Formats: sequence, C-alpha cells, structure tokens
Amino acid sequence: MLELQHVNKRYGSLKVSDDLCLKVAEGHALGVLGPNGAGKSTMFNLITGDVKADSGCILFNGQDITRLAPNKRCRLGVGRSYQIPHPFSNMTVFENLLVGGIFGAEQSEKQAYSACYQVLDETGLLPKANVLAGSLTLLERKRLELARALATSPKLLLLDEIAGGLTDAECQQLIGTIKKIHDNGTTIVWIEHVVNALLAVVDSLIVLDFGQKVAEGEPGAVMNSREVKEIYMGIST
Amino acid sequence: MTSKIPESLPFSIVRSTFASKVAFLGFIVVFIAAVTLPWWGGRADMRLVVEFCYYLALAQLWNLLAGYGGLVSIGQQAFIGLGGYAFFMMAAFFDVPPLLAIFLSGVVTMLFAIPTAFLVFRLSGAYFAIGTWVVAEVYRLSFAQVSTLGGGSGMSLPISVVKSISASKLEREILIYFLALLLAMGVVTALYVLLRSSWGLALTAIRDSEAAAESLGVKKQMTKYAVYLFAAFGTGLCGAIIFLNKLRISPDSAFSVSDWTANIIFIVVIGGIGTLEGPIIGTLVFFILRGVLADFGAWYMIFLGIVAVVVMLKAPQGVWGLVAKRYGIQLFPVGRKLM
Repeated sequence: MLELQHVNKRYGSLKVSDDLCLKVAEGHALGVLGPNGAGKSTMFNLITGDVKADSGCILFNGQDITRLAPNKRCRLGVGRSYQIPHPFSNMTVFENLLVGGIFGAEQSEKQAYSACYQVLDETGLLPKANVLAGSLTLLERKRLELARALATSPKLLLLDEIAGGLTDAECQQLIGTIKKIHDNGTTIVWIEHVVNALLAVVDSLIVLDFGQKVAEGEPGAVMNSREVKEIYMGIST
Repeated sequence: MTSKIPESLPFSIVRSTFASKVAFLGFIVVFIAAVTLPWWGGRADMRLVVEFCYYLALAQLWNLLAGYGGLVSIGQQAFIGLGGYAFFMMAAFFDVPPLLAIFLSGVVTMLFAIPTAFLVFRLSGAYFAIGTWVVAEVYRLSFAQVSTLGGGSGMSLPISVVKSISASKLEREILIYFLALLLAMGVVTALYVLLRSSWGLALTAIRDSEAAAESLGVKKQMTKYAVYLFAAFGTGLCGAIIFLNKLRISPDSAFSVSDWTANIIFIVVIGGIGTLEGPIIGTLVFFILRGVLADFGAWYMIFLGIVAVVVMLKAPQGVWGLVAKRYGIQLFPVGRKLM
C-alpha cells in the first residue's frame, strides 16, 4: 500500500531522511520508534507532502505521489494527525471534522454530517461537538487530531504521538479505538513513545535514528535488538 | 473507515441562533430605511451613504482576502483603478451603456487579476503584501503614460455620457445611490452565502491553519486563487461606481494606496478581521471618527493611527472580536451546531 524508495531530505548539512526505504502492506499496522530528532515526523511530512522530498520516490497503492499536493494525497486516502495539534481554533469540534468529511472524504454535506457524528461518537468527542476547538485541552486537541483524520475516511492513517500524557484508563480506551480502526481494514503507521500502547496494536516495528532505518521486524525481536538498547538505554554491546 | 449510516439520525443540525434572528430583523429595518432614504433624506445623506456603501463593500472584500484567505494584499487599489479606468474607457470611447459598462468593468478587472495573481502568488506573507503594492504602482505609472486617458492629470467623464445616464443631477445621484446600495448589499449577501456553504468551511479552515486544511483535503491554492479573483471582480465594480460618482479619474486618485487600502485595512482591523460583522462595525467606527474629527485637519490621520495601534495591541481581534468573545454572539450564523 505504501512504499518509500530511497527517500532523502536534508536541511543544510542535517539529514532528516537518509536513503529511507520502507514498505507497508495493506491492512498492516506499523509502529515507529526512535529518539527525538530521529526524523519520525519528517517521514510523515514526506508521506503527506507537507515536506517535499529532495530525491527518492513515494508510492501509494502503486501510484507515485512524490510530487502531489498534500490535499490530493489526502483525497487518495492518506490521513494524518499532527504531533503538535493544529486545530481550527475558531470552529467547533464538529465543524473541524466536517472539513475532513467534506473535502477529504469528498462527501456531500449531508453525508458528512452523519459520518462525522459517528466519528465523534467513536472517539468520545461527542460531548464536545459544539465547543470551539481553541478552548480544548491539549489531550482533547490530540483526540481531535485523530478524529479529524478519521473523518477523511483514510485508507492509510498516520498517527503522530497521540498517547502521551494519557491516564491508564484513557490509554486503554485509545488502544481500543485504534484497534477497531485497524480491524476495519485501515492501514496504520503509528509514531509513539508510549511503547506498551504501541505494542498492543502494531504488527511490526521500525526504529529510526538520524533519518535512517536502523531496525525493522517483529515487535518482540525489535525491542530486544541491539539497536533499540543502544538508542534507548545507552547500552553499547 | 467505512461504517453504515443509520437511517434515522440521532441528531439535527441547527444553523441559526437567537442573536442572528434578532439581527436579521435589524437588517430588514436598516434595509427598508436605506431603500426609502431618497424620499425622506437629503442629498448630503445620500452622498454619505454612497460612500459608506463602497467602503463597506471594499472592507468586506479585503476581509475575505486577508481575514479568510490569508492573502494580506496592500495592492487592492490596483483593482479600484482598473475598474474605474475600464468604466471610463468603455463609456467614453466605446459608447457602452453605463450600467453594462459597470458590470463589464468588474469582469475586465478580474481578467487583469489573472496574470497579476500569477505573479504575486509566487510570493508569500510580507513579500506577497509588498508585491501586490508594487504591482499596483506599476499599474498607476502605466496609466499615467497613456495620453488618450489624460496621462498623469487624468480625464473627466464626457458630458454626453453623463447626460445619457440621466438628465438631471438629482436623478443621477439617486441612481448612483441605488447602485452603491446594491453593491454593498450584494457583497455582504454573497459573502454570507459563501461562508455558509462548504466553501465557508474551507475558507475558515485555511484561516485557522493552512497546513491542517491542506492535510484534510482542502485545495488551498485553488481556493486562494478563487478568492483573489472574486475580490478583484467586486473591487473592480466598486472602482467603476466610485468614479462614476466622482465623474473624474486620475492615476493618483484611482490607484491611491491611502484611500483604497490603508483606510480599508484600518476599518477591517478595528472592526475585527476574519468575521462578517467586523467590517460593518469597522466602517461605522471609521465614519463616526471621520465625522467627529473632520475639523481637526491633519490630527484626524494621527488620531486614526493611534486608534489602530491601540486596537492592535489591546484587542487584536477588533471591536467585534471583543463583543463576540464577551457575549458569545454571532449576527451572521455561518456555523453548524449539532443538537
């Protein structure tokens, strides 16, 4: 479904994406680990088109999307949440979702009303439907990021650190929501520092460091790999 | 994620508020008063309302550009001038009937806006602002070179054309009054309808976060082009009506950055940018200040400047922004409430 071929991006001498290659099969859930500044969010920005690749190729369902505008990629089925929430502050939560429902999922207003109502219900934002997004707390804004991405009915959902700061109960709820999305056939790529939440959902893991993919594979094996231990615990073997 | 849509919806969408219903009645009263004004008001009142109308229309259009589209242009005088000159040329040289000429002036202005957009859309932020100004200056200097249009000193609308509009001065003033009224009402209504539609959602989304709007499928660039061209059309119409009213046009008055852009920015910023109510409040404030300070000469501009600075520092959302925040009201119901 998603394929990155030798994708490069640098800011001056800083390589934020260094010959990155990646394949994600349809219906797969991939977790992304890596220290701060490893290029995880940049990878998302490259996939969604927020940042243009210097070289390399990004394929989505076999189509080359490397040069497409972000809005086009969204309409093809790439949905994303931002690590730092970007709410439409002076619109209500419901209207925030409608933007995705009408323009991303290309539905009529009426269709979008029902679809967005359901997304609000599933993500627990229904009580906040008529609240201005600007008055939400940080955690609610993160939930809004997820809900808005869902409103575009994505085939591929890119989640950028949405579990941080949640209580155990909230985290379980979030895991439940994401599992349900995954069970419905949506492909997921999830960047997350809350490792136990990630492991509850994903089928495999990759680890990024300095814009490079340093480990990839089945979650248990990756967690026990030398690279992860080096990066996260400072153990060098 | 696909899920079935239940047949009976457990909710309804509400689009009006109590305040908006009251406001609607208020608008009807104002509308009736304005339409009947030629029968009960004096000619001075009519002239004041004409001016009010085109400032309001210009403010709404600039607000659409800057407040919603994020296109902070300081070169809208380009389109005032183009509209005005297009009107004078069509009426004076090609014998186009005046009313048709006004409409065509808007169209011609929009056509000119296409290559202009192509140029200035390559810039963003402050560079876009300066770029639009530069383009407007280029237009001003170009028109000053055309000797058939009177060069730098400009031209008057030929008497024959003025006479063809109407025989008496009063009739002409009444006609211009209704044109200006139609223009202001038309612009406000068009923007209201636009902002209530799904276009409004896209525009408001772009206003609040361009990156997020784009990532949710909003065609940001195309929307900005559309807004720019629409504003050019409306501004061109304004230009035609303004100079029909003045009967005389010159490059300096037609492409005046202080008359057609500085004043307009003042109005929108004071009233509240990014709302439909803001420019209305702003125009009222501008006219009141101007009336009160008319006898103070240069102090008038100094005072306007101070007011603008204070509002920007203390209430960046403008007068309407303060009111809306304090009381949570909306006179133009563009939102969608889930009930």
